[in-house]
Amino acid sequence: MREAPPLGRVSRLLAPLVFGLLVLAAWEMLVRAYAVPVYILPGPLLIGQTLWTDGPSLLQSLWVTLRIAFAALAVAIALGLGLAILMSRSRWIEASLLPYAVVLQVTPIVAIAPLIIIWADDVFLSLLICAWIVAFFPIVSNTTLGLHSADRGLQDLFRLYGATGSQTLCFLQLPTALPYFLAGLRISGGLALIGAVVAEFVAGTGGSETGLAFRILEAGYRLQIPRMFAALVLLSLAGIAIYAALDRLSHLILRRWHESALPRER
Amino acid sequence: MSPPLLTLTGTGKTFANGVEALASIDLTVRQGEFVALLGASGCGKSTLLRIVAGLTEPTSGSAKWSRPLETKSGRLGFVFQDPTLMPWASVADNVYLPLRLAGMNRAQAEPRIAEVLAAVDLTEFAAAFPRELSGGMRMRVSIARALVTQPDILLLDEPFAALDEPTRFRLNEDLRKLWRARGLTVIFVTHSVFESVFLAQRVIVMKRRPGRIASEIAIPLPDERDAALRTSADFGAACRAVSDTLAKATEAEAA
Repeated sequence: MREAPPLGRVSRLLAPLVFGLLVLAAWEMLVRAYAVPVYILPGPLLIGQTLWTDGPSLLQSLWVTLRIAFAALAVAIALGLGLAILMSRSRWIEASLLPYAVVLQVTPIVAIAPLIIIWADDVFLSLLICAWIVAFFPIVSNTTLGLHSADRGLQDLFRLYGATGSQTLCFLQLPTALPYFLAGLRISGGLALIGAVVAEFVAGTGGSETGLAFRILEAGYRLQIPRMFAALVLLSLAGIAIYAALDRLSHLILRRWHESALPRER
Repeated sequence: MSPPLLTLTGTGKTFANGVEALASIDLTVRQGEFVALLGASGCGKSTLLRIVAGLTEPTSGSAKWSRPLETKSGRLGFVFQDPTLMPWASVADNVYLPLRLAGMNRAQAEPRIAEVLAAVDLTEFAAAFPRELSGGMRMRVSIARALVTQPDILLLDEPFAALDEPTRFRLNEDLRKLWRARGLTVIFVTHSVFESVFLAQRVIVMKRRPGRIASEIAIPLPDERDAALRTSADFGAACRAVSDTLAKATEAEAA
């Protein structure tokens, strides 16, 4: 059997775009043909229009949500790296702490968010903690794996030259862990946003500043379904942008040496 | 005769899983010698080299250097079977590593790095990454790294096994030159009869299950060895002698 020739750059961009436009066109046509009420399912044109008119106020809310997501991601990076390094120093510490990191990961955030909101005085802080819990684990587990993955031969080499623990960490383990960490970061970036949105859903109003999740709830209560969809579109776009930015960052950092960033030879 | 530098007495190694890799090795290596350890895969020659380097402890007997080996001082260079380079670091940074671990700053190390890179003919690749080099070039980086601390003992574990023949021959000749120029003591592990004869003054033939020394053969070839030697009658005779001994050792282990 002959393999299909690989797609060019333009085709690879164009194909999903054309497909997406076709789906949107079909959606619009069906909504019109069956006269579906706006409060059940608005057509894409109306959603686009709402996005245009309500955009500025929604963007403000998006910024509130993004601020929480970014802060949570920053804390997840700092604590995640710190914990992974701490665990790599001693099998005892790892054995003692890792199960609790797993507990944090498997506990549904919706279930504990109300508690956190009660315990933390500040709304921003409670939302941040929720988003952090969700974003934390991929960074810890990936970085831990990376720190343990140093090449055996290089480990021997470091021992042979009498490397100290911190030299081995800085010059061998951390560079080895970098691609693992960046893979974790790409996952955590999206998760931080999801965590922030879920926490906002639970917290309800966020005081003077309201995030995008609350706007979605609010629009739902008022049956402003097009506005709900517009907020949803913004949220997806933000998630995609975060992923793309982190993916780009990872590529830039690794492009000189790591397999994942090198073009495949044919 | 120069004084003994390394003395192995009844050295044995049994792994935690019960496999006896080495049994009762007695061997003396003198200062400035070029010794080859020759044997089939699984005869424990790599394990022996790791014991000598202090990377693993013998479970019986002892391995003693006549003077203390301070790892930080880099008196000992080790070349692994694989190039074992850091993929994230340039050629120069890879070569710098042993000096960096010893606490030497980059500016001080620079002339030494340049010198060893010139010695292995890689000066113009200092900024390249391992990924961008051929297998033979990577191996040369590995050798440069072993030389950068100016060691007087060099341990090599089948370093050229994965290379094509012309490259291997050239690196063999380079290694001979280095040994002569620097007065190194070299222990070279290989499974190639020709390689051991071309390089060494003395070939230690090993046999398997458990790994032990079958016999020792002095190589009666001149110190000056070049490509022409490979086709000479003397070289052929020495290879035959070593090859016969190796065959006998293999037969003995089958019996």
